[in-house]
Amino acid sequence: MELIFEKSRAGRMSTGIPKSDVPEVAVDSIISKSLLRDDVDLPEVAEVDLIRHYTQLSKRNFGVDVGFYPLGSCTMKYNPKVNEDVARLPGFTSLHPYAPVEFSQGSLQLMYELRQYLSEIFGMADFALQPAAGAHGELTGVMVIKKYFDKRGEKRKHILIPDTAHGTNPASGALCGYQVVTVRSNAEGGVDIDHMRELMTENVAGLMLTNPNTLGLFERNIEKVAQIIHGKGGLLYCDGANANAFMGITKPGSLGFDVIQLNLHKTFSTPHGSGGPGSGPVGVGKNLVPYLPIPRVVKKEERYDWEYNCPDSIGRVRAFYGNFNVMVKAYTYIRSLGSHGLRRASEMAVLNANYVKGRLKDYYDLAYDRICMHECVFSGRRQARESGVHTSDIAKRLLDYGYHPPTIYFPLIVPEAIMIEPNETESKETLDAFCDTMITIAKEAKENPDMVKSAPLTTPVRRLDDVKAAREPDVCWPGRC
Amino acid sequence: MDFAPHTAEDQRQMMETVGIRSIAELFVDIPEKYQIKKLMELPPALSEQEVFALMKGIGSQNVIPPITLMGAGAYNHYIPAVVGHVLSRSEFYTAYTPYQAEISQGILQAIYEYQTMIAKLTGMQVANASMYDGASAMAEAAILAAKTLNRSKIIIVRSVHPEYRQVVGTYAWSNGYELVEVPYGKSGQLDREALIKAVDENTAAVLVQSPNFFGIIEDISLIESAVHAKGALLVSGFTDATSLGILKPAGAMGADFVVGEGQGFGNPMNYGGPYLGIFAATDKFLRKIPGRLAGATVDREGKRGFVLTLQTREQHIRRERATSNICSNEALCALAAAVYLVSLGKNLKKLAELNIQKTHYLKQKLAGLKGWEIVFPAPVYNEFIIKCPNPQKVNQKLKAEGIIGGYEVEKDYPKLKNTLLLCATEMLSKSDIDRVGSFVA
Repeated sequence: MELIFEKSRAGRMSTGIPKSDVPEVAVDSIISKSLLRDDVDLPEVAEVDLIRHYTQLSKRNFGVDVGFYPLGSCTMKYNPKVNEDVARLPGFTSLHPYAPVEFSQGSLQLMYELRQYLSEIFGMADFALQPAAGAHGELTGVMVIKKYFDKRGEKRKHILIPDTAHGTNPASGALCGYQVVTVRSNAEGGVDIDHMRELMTENVAGLMLTNPNTLGLFERNIEKVAQIIHGKGGLLYCDGANANAFMGITKPGSLGFDVIQLNLHKTFSTPHGSGGPGSGPVGVGKNLVPYLPIPRVVKKEERYDWEYNCPDSIGRVRAFYGNFNVMVKAYTYIRSLGSHGLRRASEMAVLNANYVKGRLKDYYDLAYDRICMHECVFSGRRQARESGVHTSDIAKRLLDYGYHPPTIYFPLIVPEAIMIEPNETESKETLDAFCDTMITIAKEAKENPDMVKSAPLTTPVRRLDDVKAAREPDVCWPGRC
Repeated sequence: MDFAPHTAEDQRQMMETVGIRSIAELFVDIPEKYQIKKLMELPPALSEQEVFALMKGIGSQNVIPPITLMGAGAYNHYIPAVVGHVLSRSEFYTAYTPYQAEISQGILQAIYEYQTMIAKLTGMQVANASMYDGASAMAEAAILAAKTLNRSKIIIVRSVHPEYRQVVGTYAWSNGYELVEVPYGKSGQLDREALIKAVDENTAAVLVQSPNFFGIIEDISLIESAVHAKGALLVSGFTDATSLGILKPAGAMGADFVVGEGQGFGNPMNYGGPYLGIFAATDKFLRKIPGRLAGATVDREGKRGFVLTLQTREQHIRRERATSNICSNEALCALAAAVYLVSLGKNLKKLAELNIQKTHYLKQKLAGLKGWEIVFPAPVYNEFIIKCPNPQKVNQKLKAEGIIGGYEVEKDYPKLKNTLLLCATEMLSKSDIDRVGSFVA
């Protein structure tokens, strides 16, 4: 498909600019010519060209509204439309962040109550809503841990991270100056307790645990893990990316977690927007509240206000207050579902994952054969060994059948990993059709491996050359700016 | 209400396949004593009609002013109708990060086009797919400079947005770097001498902003050689992207990184977010810049296509050796920016000119009032600082008229007593400005 630049024709335009209604002065009489640019090199197209361009592009994109999207650890649940409508209300979109608090009572109330709801759902003392994404929340959470030890005058050098962790965990630890020490997994996919005990010293700030972990398994020994970490004065961090597994079932706060980051764009059904905006609130236990980012919404008599005076805070991690409009959607979602609905969401998410696991386990190798939480992890090693068809080929073949593939090659400890997260919003019929397709592909891998390896055959483009993209980077048209 | 479609019969059949007799059996791995026995204490569930009414009520607790004189990092610009229409295509907004390129060509191409337009506007060779916001983009540039040069001092000019300085401070502290603030000059512009004195062999980056927090357009070419002479990198920021439409790009004046807030390009003010961080660099940093990059390549049949590229820079491969932990962008906001730029095209320059005209008019109008005085006579884009008899009272007066007044500068700059930072975009009409003039007089 042509680029918008290739469609550009000198002299065309879409949006015009109003004539100035104030007395005009020559711009170069106000600003020296040496500080002005000559021209702007942007495409020139008519409005109809613009709309057709982006409509055509949208047709070359796959979202949850197009079809089943079982991308593991990403919680691609259906996003209710009312949330979108609500978030577009002018009361939420049109207000300047520095509007006087008398003008922003609605926004402040919403943020204040969202924090309360999240604290109740996850059993934490408080939440900060400022981080803009899960990874941003994670970084903020580790900063809170660092500040906690700074204030105690302790210089702990290490942080423990299991080998099943998301890649962001070690990066977040390192960006707060910690040396990352990897904890092994045990034979049943949990933390190797003996290994962790050996590594946990008074020089370790804590453990960053994804729970349920990236194998979709709940940490059975969580009580022991918390005891060992706390026993040496460390803090327990929960990567809450997988919180869709346990809402209303258990609370991380009562499991012993001191810090948790959430992904509102996963668990609380705000759409992912092709890679953002998300929102990554950080929740903490009572002793860590003073270190949360500033400013914080406070309620004084029936009026909401901003509090900036929090001397122990880590400070700011972005300008203003966070991705407010994303919070509007998450708030609407919580108010729609209520406590029973949230619990049922987790129950059905876990049921769906176990159902897919049950239906596929004879056709693909299970990484760990036990009850899983909201996602299940298979290995494509049988297909790789028997017919040379790899997990990436299976994923590409799914595209031909109209599915977004699961997460692949993650977690790293499972060879040829296929990580399936079906989500509670999918019906039995959808899951059955997907499982039937996976079974068909397993059969195709045996009978016609070359065809599977050449997939996809029906997409707008065929398999793309990633190596060329990396070796001869072309990130700007026409090749170089 | 909930959005799970399971009927009782579905549930029964599925439980049979799984081999369980109750839903509770799914949670056997969670120790019994940690399982919640009673329901969470949340307000009762609502139907769609009820929740819409509730949210409308909360939204109406906000007062949307007819006139906004506030800028200071978020700007009230007109958003062409096409932007909202493109953004409401759910193929874009309900997709994840484009990992599966063959079914994500739409957003990948849109991001490639966005990167191209941003690179051209900033005068740089490379722009990434966007970051969280302008402040965190600036912080990421500082950290990248420090890690790349293996130096630990970051210098920031005090005329950079106060909140940006705080964010850079937080990132610097967590990484163990020193953040040094240097003063601005008497004119409100860069103080070349103070900067030269502060930059040394351990300086990784010098962070400036143009137009700066006072709205003043900086000539960064005056400090470029002094920064580079010590081997440090120059990071030039901005808070209103529309200024790129008329000002000489920082890339043409020697910046190594151009970072800033892209909200002004087609994104509503949203009470502070979501916005998008613009991040552009010289091609020297192509393999180091944080965040996502869309790149062009070919498919098996030689057809052009797009992928996320150079991922070996990123955290999921480099893990603890990564220079950033960012693993997403603000894709939908970047899409809005791209549509906005295509929609305006060359008219972006005219729009920027209109901002200058309106600001000039507001400035003249207020400077003529008794006791009001322009603090810095240096040229500005669409914001300026003005001294007035009682800024709080002025803002109160405006508030009573439903107008959002200016930013009270003194709380961040104690020396700038009794001053307001005011902004005029294309959204203010002459009669709005005249009204403001009569209210505050």
